[in-house]
Amino acid sequence: MIGRHRHLIGLEGLNREEILQVLDLAVSMKEVLSRPVKKVPSLRGKSVVNLFFETSTRTRSSFEIAAKTLSADALNWTSAQSSTTKGETLLDTAKNLEAMRPDVLVIRHSASGAPNFLARNVGCAVVSAGDGAHEHPSQGLLDCFTIREKLGTLEGKTVAIVGDISHSRVARSDLHAMPKLGAKVRLCGPPTMIPRGVEALGATVEHDLRRAVDGADAVIMLRIQHERIGDPLIPNTREYSKFWGLNARKAREWLKPEAVVLHPGPINRGVELSSDVADGPHSVILDQVQNGVAVRMAILYLLAGGAGEGTRAERA
Amino acid sequence: MSASGSEVLVLQGGRVIDPSSDVDGVRTVVVRDGRIAAVAERVDVPSEARVLDVRGQWVTPGFIDLHVHLREPGQEYKETVETGTRAAVAGGFTAVCAMPNTLPPNDNASVTELILARAAAAALARVYPVGCISRGRKGEDLAEFGELKAAGCVAVSDDGSPVSSAGLMRRALEYALAFGLPLAVHEEDLQLVGKGVMNEGPAATRLGLKGNPAQAEDVMVLRDIALAELTGGRVHISHASSAGTVRAVRDAKARGLVPDNHPLSGRSFTNLASTGANATDWRTSSFASVAAATLVNPSV
Amino acid sequence: MNAEAVDRAVRRMAQEIVERARALGALEGLALVGVRRGGIPLAERLRVEIQRIAGVLAPLGTLDIALYRDDLAQRGTAPVVGPTDIRFAVDGRTIVLTDDVLYTGRTVRAALDELVDFGRPRRVWLAVLVDRGGRELPVAADFAGAQLEVPPEEDVQVRWREAGAPEDAVVVHARRGS
Repeated sequence: MIGRHRHLIGLEGLNREEILQVLDLAVSMKEVLSRPVKKVPSLRGKSVVNLFFETSTRTRSSFEIAAKTLSADALNWTSAQSSTTKGETLLDTAKNLEAMRPDVLVIRHSASGAPNFLARNVGCAVVSAGDGAHEHPSQGLLDCFTIREKLGTLEGKTVAIVGDISHSRVARSDLHAMPKLGAKVRLCGPPTMIPRGVEALGATVEHDLRRAVDGADAVIMLRIQHERIGDPLIPNTREYSKFWGLNARKAREWLKPEAVVLHPGPINRGVELSSDVADGPHSVILDQVQNGVAVRMAILYLLAGGAGEGTRAERA
Repeated sequence: MSASGSEVLVLQGGRVIDPSSDVDGVRTVVVRDGRIAAVAERVDVPSEARVLDVRGQWVTPGFIDLHVHLREPGQEYKETVETGTRAAVAGGFTAVCAMPNTLPPNDNASVTELILARAAAAALARVYPVGCISRGRKGEDLAEFGELKAAGCVAVSDDGSPVSSAGLMRRALEYALAFGLPLAVHEEDLQLVGKGVMNEGPAATRLGLKGNPAQAEDVMVLRDIALAELTGGRVHISHASSAGTVRAVRDAKARGLVPDNHPLSGRSFTNLASTGANATDWRTSSFASVAAATLVNPSV
Repeated sequence: MNAEAVDRAVRRMAQEIVERARALGALEGLALVGVRRGGIPLAERLRVEIQRIAGVLAPLGTLDIALYRDDLAQRGTAPVVGPTDIRFAVDGRTIVLTDDVLYTGRTVRAALDELVDFGRPRRVWLAVLVDRGGRELPVAADFAGAQLEVPPEEDVQVRWREAGAPEDAVVVHARRGS
């Protein structure tokens, strides 16, 4: 359980203590990943099923490595090889898999609310690996972890998130978590990409990139897709890059020297981020990847470790 | 007329009309070094001044035409920046806003820069280019507002054509906010207009010509006022010509959506003059005084 | 046991460890690993004593066994995990694993499993402050401060000064909820 939660559907429902519970545990998990033998027996005999209806090698692999490091069995189920192409509903697929008694179902789906639906209809623990534009809780947690690791704390820090906020589940998860840890969040992007009413979620909006990153301690760049047919949010990636992309000159002139630059990946090099920033001194993008495994280990451990009716955790 | 260097120019005896400073009467205007130094009933005229007798004439601030077609690049047989600005200054218009339906359309910096270069070479009226809302004026994708603004555009428009897609109009209004650009809109629902050539009504019926209902303009005006309200974007309604438009704008004003000093723009004389009332035969070259009155009244 | 008795026990254990290590030529390769949390103060004190006696400062590590517990399936919530910190190479060393109380032996089993995931020690010795019997697994202490026979309905607690207690003490009291 994460606090009182049997599932991890989003960060909106987590309070500060519950978020810290995961982050603090992830510190120990990260230590395991630095050992010569990267395996602990904690989830031996448990199984984690990755139910991915959207392609994603990175997140899926991250959950798989996390499960295996904890000695759990990991099964990958992707929609390409699936029976949904034969018209089986999400519920039927999940019920069929549940009959094989997995301990945790990790689901990624293009429809916002799919993990929530699943959690109400299956008996095992459900972890969202991203649903529509709703949330991507493990990404939000690993972003918090990375910033905390690099800056010491999130308390009083300013985090700027730049990109297509309206379609970003990562931005929403970050926005639900970071203020609870004491950070101020600024959202930046062209007005077409900032959703209505987002200030009500606790962020300030700034369309000008320079002002958005001025004094920021962390800058999260989001991937821009130009492939949205029928709803042109920007004229093209060329103009987006000019006004909202981060290159070495802007980084040098506008960022605090100790500011960190994050990106959930995959990067559109040259669009939202130039190569020299992605590979440069501000970038903590590779740390995010490593931290992602540690954070997912913490999530799986908390949700799958301990399904009996025993007393509260204490060291014997 | 402008003075350069340390020249002093005095305009004497003319009727000075300047609404912004509430002046309407005979005054003497002194221009020093290209700037207006005094507007007064009695002025001591310096001996080195060049004095112009403008009795019986009007002296006003230069007019700004918010909506012209300079046709360059691409249709120089119709007009060029040079001929257009020459006509403008001859009529008292010291500044014009050039619409983007050139060939190629003004949806990129190169075309904007060409227009500005031609204007600088002609050195007549100031030209403020208006860039496209959509790439190629095709009504599908956004043009690069940032690039257009940086190159010198003061607004964007697909003029010549309406923005038929409400979705694109909404996105254009939002995107333009990032660059502080207003949208000048050509309000004409193409499905309602079809092949119409004049106002729908008794005159068109009698002449056997296809007419356009006034609502072809109204529906778009109402749409764009609603979208402006949704997005907070700036809409400028070009060539307003129907009572429905006036009502809609009045209503928008009453709801606080229009700043007080924001007049409706009227279009060039040709269109407004061709109401059904004076299209008694198939000739449309009569410029009724009706049209002039309608145009000049800014509180319509 | 009172503070004085604890102190005497620690010094005696350190002496024994040094003698045995010396006899095997293993003094230079000695290292101490304290099992979190109660075993850490014991490891730190043994380290100080060993240096005082033999002039050797053995490296010190800490180990948290939560991830290696064998009772995860029986618990309602996953146990809290603390940090494990072993920065020296384990291969070839003589490791002295320390804990405050040796009871069922399950903690030591978990600690051994975890320790060998760091490498292959030459040998592992177990040093505990209190051996209270009641083994459920075949585990034995190589060095013990005291042997206590304690019935299962009672708990043995070691209170260390380092952990905030006013003075060292070994306390026996009734187990909560038994």
